[in-house]
Amino acid sequence: MELLERFAAGDLEAFEVLFRKHQKDVYAWIARIVRDTGIAEDLTVETFWRIYKHRAGFKPDGNFRAWARRIATNAALDHLRHSRQETTLPENLPSAPRPDGAVGRETRDSIRRAFHELPAKYRLVATLALVEEESYVDIAQAAGISESLVKVRVFRAVRMLRKKLNFLRPEVATK
Amino acid sequence: MSNEEIKIVKELLKQAVTPMQNIELSRDLWPQMLRKLEEQPLPIHNVSWLDWALASLAAAALLFFPGIIPALFYHL
Repeated sequence: MELLERFAAGDLEAFEVLFRKHQKDVYAWIARIVRDTGIAEDLTVETFWRIYKHRAGFKPDGNFRAWARRIATNAALDHLRHSRQETTLPENLPSAPRPDGAVGRETRDSIRRAFHELPAKYRLVATLALVEEESYVDIAQAAGISESLVKVRVFRAVRMLRKKLNFLRPEVATK
Repeated sequence: MSNEEIKIVKELLKQAVTPMQNIELSRDLWPQMLRKLEEQPLPIHNVSWLDWALASLAAAALLFFPGIIPALFYHL
């Protein structure tokens, strides 16, 4: 019996093989969304718990990675919904080098705050599309929505950010 | 709102919320997974509360009105 068939039938050893194979990918995807490595670890375990729970619904000829990513996205989205007011963005995360001539610290804090205040579903697409530069196709597949809806949500997220950061208009205009 | 404005907001956003690169999982999470499976065992079958309620009603009906059993067999 194939690995995915054994997993769908409830074989714990098959699940362990799949867990070890995909945990890094699921973790990295969740970390990009929630932007906290500790929370990402917990949500990775939560994701695989959901995967195991719903194993009967998985078609063994399907794409496990895509299925896992979709469940991971839902778990991360649930987290964003419930922790909107509490989460802070840690500064010590591994990140890309910041270009010279960047905006000032206060401005960055304001942008970060405004970003944090976005409703979860907009923050999800804004993070993945604008910050992480994931393709709309990948985001759509992971979030279980159409590509055009991803575009709409990105557009709305940008509009909301622009509205919240209205006082930055002169700076935005000169960029 | 133009694509140019989206680009500007995107650029500002990327300076405030820096992209996460080279995210590596530092440890194996399988032991944590096993603990969670032990703490929150999964139901053997995913049976909804409605199914349980219907099954309970049927069992109660058979218990309190055993006279319906022959009728039930007749219709089977």
